[in-house]
Amino acid sequence: MLRLVASGDGPDAAIRLEQVDLRRGGRAVLDGLDLSIPQQGITAIMGPNGAGKSLALRVMAGLVRPDHGAVVHSLSKPQDIALVFQKPVLLRRTVRANLRHALAIYGVPRRARRERLGELLDFGRLAAIADSPARALSGGEQQRVAMVRALAARPKLLLLDEPSASLDPQATEAIEILIRDAALSGTTIVLVTHDRGQATRLAGHIRFLHRGALVEAASADQFLLAPKSPEAQAYFAGKLLL
Amino acid sequence: MQGFGEAFAAAFALILGLDADLIEIVGLSLRVTLSATVFACLLGFPLGALLAVGRFPGRGILTVLVNALMGLPPVVVGLVVYLMLSRAGPLGALGLLYTPTAMIIAQTILVTPIVAALTRQTVADLDAEYHETLRSMGAGSGARMQTLLWDGRFALMTTALAGMGRALAEVGAVMIVGGNIDHVTRVMTTAIALETSRGELALALGLGIVLMVLSLALNALVMGARLGNVRLSHA
Amino acid sequence: MRLPILLALATLALPAHAADGFIVVQSTTSTRNSGLYDAILPQFTRASGIEVRVVAVGTGQALRNARNCDGDVLLVHAREAEDAFVAEGYGLSRADVMYNDFVLVGPSDDPAGASAASGIDAALTAIATSRAPFASRGDDSGTHKKERALWAMAQVDPSVASGSWYRETGSGMGATLNIASGMGAYTLTDRATWIAFANKGDLRVLSEGDEALFNQYGIIDVNPAKCPDIRAVPARAFIDWLLSEEGQSAIAAYRRDDRQLFFPNAKPE
Repeated sequence: MLRLVASGDGPDAAIRLEQVDLRRGGRAVLDGLDLSIPQQGITAIMGPNGAGKSLALRVMAGLVRPDHGAVVHSLSKPQDIALVFQKPVLLRRTVRANLRHALAIYGVPRRARRERLGELLDFGRLAAIADSPARALSGGEQQRVAMVRALAARPKLLLLDEPSASLDPQATEAIEILIRDAALSGTTIVLVTHDRGQATRLAGHIRFLHRGALVEAASADQFLLAPKSPEAQAYFAGKLLL
Repeated sequence: MQGFGEAFAAAFALILGLDADLIEIVGLSLRVTLSATVFACLLGFPLGALLAVGRFPGRGILTVLVNALMGLPPVVVGLVVYLMLSRAGPLGALGLLYTPTAMIIAQTILVTPIVAALTRQTVADLDAEYHETLRSMGAGSGARMQTLLWDGRFALMTTALAGMGRALAEVGAVMIVGGNIDHVTRVMTTAIALETSRGELALALGLGIVLMVLSLALNALVMGARLGNVRLSHA
Repeated sequence: MRLPILLALATLALPAHAADGFIVVQSTTSTRNSGLYDAILPQFTRASGIEVRVVAVGTGQALRNARNCDGDVLLVHAREAEDAFVAEGYGLSRADVMYNDFVLVGPSDDPAGASAASGIDAALTAIATSRAPFASRGDDSGTHKKERALWAMAQVDPSVASGSWYRETGSGMGATLNIASGMGAYTLTDRATWIAFANKGDLRVLSEGDEALFNQYGIIDVNPAKCPDIRAVPARAFIDWLLSEEGQSAIAAYRRDDRQLFFPNAKPE
């Protein structure tokens, strides 16, 4: 596989995976993966199913340890990295209580929590549903809460694993607004998505994975207009990448 | 068969008559069993959560042991506590034998394994659901245990009720360590045993019906509190 | 959340009963089941201010509990065991307090012909010969010891038949009577428990009055030398009261169904 790596990654990357290998059930699910995420803006990770996108995200988050290779970043506290999953998992409490719980877990000092809670409810436009039981909300609303929860302690790096894949367009738009707002306030965003339209709307950089390795890394404009790697070309032409 | 009719009549007469002895006995039953249940939960909830979430050597064996202890025969617990609290025993100097405190201790020992084993199952199931999310938030074991226990509070309420039911219904432990002393350590179950030994079967059954009514009332109370909050437990 | 915890902790601290002082009496069950204690103990408490807490568990368990220093006074009906208790130093002294008798009860159709027999030994022999069901206490109680002595007098060893017609319940008198009533068996019981028993069913008294059926109750104070935490002074006060004219007439005055159940026979000092 030819690997086409554009400029823009380097020592000022927010986080880097270097030669990461991971085997599961006898298969190499991550295979010599080199991935570098720029500090600024939103990086979309794309690729066919089974390419290792979600796993790469989990390795970045520290949830999964690679068999070989390194995860390089200078994020010292656990709350510097936050993760949003495709299916939101909220506690059996109100929205407000969920956010309060997150603030406590992230170690936000008690005195600051009240104010921060107000900010978060505003940011996510959650004031109207703040006292509703979180699990009684619609999928889109729950995902908004999950996103706001992830941002509760102002993480430096926000990892999103297909956050709107199960949502309708209105809910998707609400999530994308939050993502853009977070990026604007300086958070590095990594977004795994299948949705080319979403990548077009949001991403500044693209990383294309196939079979656990990086196939192409480029700026979004360039890539979405004309991907250079044969795998990406085939993928966007609608072919099944085997 | 006509004994059942007499029994129900006896139960009604007891309840409506608000017999002073009956009130005393019911009061003591509640005091002993509710206290034991509270203590058993204070011990059993964290123990169960630890067994569910913790990773330490011997966890598997301890889990099997706690599960097995659910089957502790009350009379055996009573015997062991008697031997500990007897004047001839190691804790005899405390003078706790034949007091409600001894009964609370015995029932706490009986109920804690039930609470711990059921809590372990509840928390383990919740852990499977929340594990990735809580880890990604950087939650340590202690925070995870607390979060899961509160999240599972409705299942844990049922667990507490199960423990309470066991304590309310048992006679072996409280008989031995309490001595069924009139006005001091006589509870519903030991009173039933006494009336049975006097051949007063209808009265004994009537007391049994009163006990069931009591248990029903307690369960209904807890269920009512739970239903008021059930919106929050949407799965 | 905190409230139930605080309440539970508070209840541990509550005293069981506020009283000037109390003693623990380890007792046989017939004196409780028959209602004797309910009748006479309040009189003593009124006179002395001392509360009497009765643990009625049957002679065997009462003796064992007293040996463990878990009682201040022992009231049972097994003379040999009582004498041994004092001889071994666990008891200070033993005194006669009251008596009644044992009776043989059984199904009203009396298949063994026990009522026709003269004397309790003949009645027991008849039961053994006809292999009629007999419910034994089997629990080392005063009644059980008496029963064993009576079989020995009749020169019958029922234990070889244990499990067939000789049923050893290992239970108290009430439970054994319930079993006898339920299976139509013969059994030996003290008269006081019998009179007060409410589940007689088809059982009737079939043999009584034999000298050997005499049932003596004894009272013992536990020795403070063996058991330093014994409430020796109030224990002695209780025994003295029970043996005094006041206590003895209280015992005699107790009636059930118009019948006197216990006959005081304390020896005058």
